[in-house]
Amino acid sequence: MSTATVEEPTEVVAAPEPFWTRQRRLGLALILLGGLAAAVFGALAPSEDARFTLSENAEGAALSINGQYGAVLFGVLALVAGGALFAGLLKRWSNALLSAGILAFVLSFLCWQVAGEFMPLVDTTDGTLQLALPLILGALAGVLGERSGVVNVAIEGQFLMGAFAGALVGTMATSVWVGLVSAAVGGMIIAGILAVLSIRYLVDQTVVGMVLNLFALGITGFLYERLMQPDAPTYNTPPQMPEWRIPGLADIPVVGPVLFEANLLVWVALGLVVVIHFGLSRTRWGLRTRAVGEHPTAADTVGIRVRGLRYMNVLLGGVVAGIGGAYFTLVATGSFTKNMTAGAGFIALAALIFGRYTPFGAFGAALFFGFAQKLATYLGAIDSPVPSQFLNMLPYLATLIAVAGLVGRVRAPAADGLPYIKG
Amino acid sequence: MTAFLRKLWSANTVALTFLSMVLAVLIGALLIIVSDADVLAKFGYFTARPSDAIESSWAVVSTAYADLLKGAFGDPQVFSAWFAGTATWQQAFAPLSETLTYAAPMVFTGLSVALAFRGGLFNIGAQGQAVLGCVAAGIAGFTFGLPVVLNLLVALIAGVVGGALWGFIPGFLKARTGAHEVITTIMLNYSAGLFLSWLVIQQGIQAPGRTDAISKTVAETAQLPSPGGVLRVHLGIILAVLVTAGVSWLLNRSAFGFELRAVGANPHAAKTAGIGVGRTYVLLMAIAGGLAGLGGATQVLGTAHALTPAVAGNIGFDGLLVALLGRNRPWGTLFAALLFGALRAGGDRMQSFASISLELVTVLQALIVIFIAAPALVKAIFRLRAARATGLGASLAKG
Repeated sequence: MSTATVEEPTEVVAAPEPFWTRQRRLGLALILLGGLAAAVFGALAPSEDARFTLSENAEGAALSINGQYGAVLFGVLALVAGGALFAGLLKRWSNALLSAGILAFVLSFLCWQVAGEFMPLVDTTDGTLQLALPLILGALAGVLGERSGVVNVAIEGQFLMGAFAGALVGTMATSVWVGLVSAAVGGMIIAGILAVLSIRYLVDQTVVGMVLNLFALGITGFLYERLMQPDAPTYNTPPQMPEWRIPGLADIPVVGPVLFEANLLVWVALGLVVVIHFGLSRTRWGLRTRAVGEHPTAADTVGIRVRGLRYMNVLLGGVVAGIGGAYFTLVATGSFTKNMTAGAGFIALAALIFGRYTPFGAFGAALFFGFAQKLATYLGAIDSPVPSQFLNMLPYLATLIAVAGLVGRVRAPAADGLPYIKG
Repeated sequence: MTAFLRKLWSANTVALTFLSMVLAVLIGALLIIVSDADVLAKFGYFTARPSDAIESSWAVVSTAYADLLKGAFGDPQVFSAWFAGTATWQQAFAPLSETLTYAAPMVFTGLSVALAFRGGLFNIGAQGQAVLGCVAAGIAGFTFGLPVVLNLLVALIAGVVGGALWGFIPGFLKARTGAHEVITTIMLNYSAGLFLSWLVIQQGIQAPGRTDAISKTVAETAQLPSPGGVLRVHLGIILAVLVTAGVSWLLNRSAFGFELRAVGANPHAAKTAGIGVGRTYVLLMAIAGGLAGLGGATQVLGTAHALTPAVAGNIGFDGLLVALLGRNRPWGTLFAALLFGALRAGGDRMQSFASISLELVTVLQALIVIFIAAPALVKAIFRLRAARATGLGASLAKG
């Protein structure tokens, strides 16, 4: 009986779920926010109509609601959504509940602010999308790099280089399309340096990224002051991207003028979100990219060229971010100025992280951040007591809360930031 | 002798730093040439008369760099004028004073980044911490109205506390939730900047009677003493040397320094050895924040004397470059800050005399650091022999 083994009966016991699940924490946060909205916004709101007009000005059809009533109503709605999340009701719809709760909170805030005024919905939606455009493109550039394991904090530098190259070459060639292509090349140059230094020379990716931001700031600023400032007509009056109108579709209220009477970049950005999402989740390239980003050694073992794929993705990201940079000179304003991106690249980075490194997540986050910026300018225009600086802070604070895991942890790809050394 | 020369021409720290600067200066020269329309026109007929193009390129580049050196270290003409009695000694030393003035805040922010680096943390947040340091030091400087010395001390300490608070947040989040400090500090940088731009237009902070964004002026008793006149240099640079010595002691001689280096080298091993990794992160980031805050305080109390949205300038990000150039060693950081201060002071003169944009300095700084950070690249360019490993030792975790 020397080889007798005693088999202990093992029982598979499901680990007891901790009380503070993600749902519960989110629910509690929403309850607090909703309560705050109903009480504070409701108390502060004047009892006047808040009008949301369906046009670009005060004219025409409008949705209107009493400000005080609306602030309380939507605050309570947010509270109810939070309560449902907290109680664990409708588990399948938890994401929808969360979105509804946040939306209700925002609406409550708006009812308070807009009471006695009006808010043009077309203008707001259009502004949101326009402000979000570079953020979407920048965040997508980040998705491409980070999903294959290369941290890209140089989005700001790629924006600047893209904006600068777009303005310079666009003016010299008097063609907005040549400008757009050069913007992409500009972004790609920064991405190329990032790729070579971090993939080939194994320099820490965050360090390279930050230094490249300063490099781009310096070189565009230098050439701006040497070339563009003395002779703006020759070097710094790029042609603007035309707005195209799709007949029929453009007549849909609100959505029509925003989506179907727009410049090319709107469609490029929206298209890229879908394409990159599809590419990452459904194609061979996407599978390999994710493999390289999560476990490069394993990917290498099965014959995937880790470094090659990383080079390609970072360069592609540079193209996308460069196009995002073109937005600043070829769409938003008619000329390049020193440090004109003013931190937009870092908001794009925030959108990338807040969107959990996924294309649609980044898209949603970028829209949210774009809305916050638009709201900041709107509130400035109606002399709101809420300081615009705090609304502009929102992207950063939201990302801070997201990465701190206060509401659901954001997880980066496993090999993100680690150079791959073939062993 | 040949052995010494061969050793000199190997990839040691000094050679790499020197060659990185040479490369950066060369690329800078190229930028000056291609951005000058007159010179470019001469290159149009380069094949016919190459001397024209080369001479004019040399002229524009040499004037620019000569101005850079004169602005950083002093103009020989002014020195001889001083000896001849037609200029004062203050005028002769004004360029050096500018160099030291620009260097002082960068020493602190550089030390902040360098110290965090040694503990394995990449403190991109020096900028935000410096901004908070500016805010706290500035407010303390124009609020309390304490007697001489005490007022300055309180304002400086306020700056340290402000920065330390802003550094504590990412340290705490890293220790408690594992949130990566690169991301959190970037977010905190911009939040701090927006907070400052909101604060300076608030009642009680904004200078009375002003509509633009500027705060009240710091009381004279809270300002860092300075010789005055054309010499803007202030006590901050001496403070910087003392603090460098302090950080050097902290890092190399103290128990906490040992712990933080252990954590920086290998957090898992440090944990096994019984070092509280989380506690070290929190304390380290608070100290780093305090250093950056002190940098902000020197900026406000030494040169700016009032808060504006751009009062901190770029000192936090400059600190990043300075720390990398100084290879994350305290004294190395001090010298790197002096070099960058010299570049910045020289850049001012280059801009006003040779009308070459100050941004060239930013390009040079970034290029130097890129080459420093990629020693393999410099080695490949100059075909250096390998020496013992140099460069940035600690590779950071994912971001």
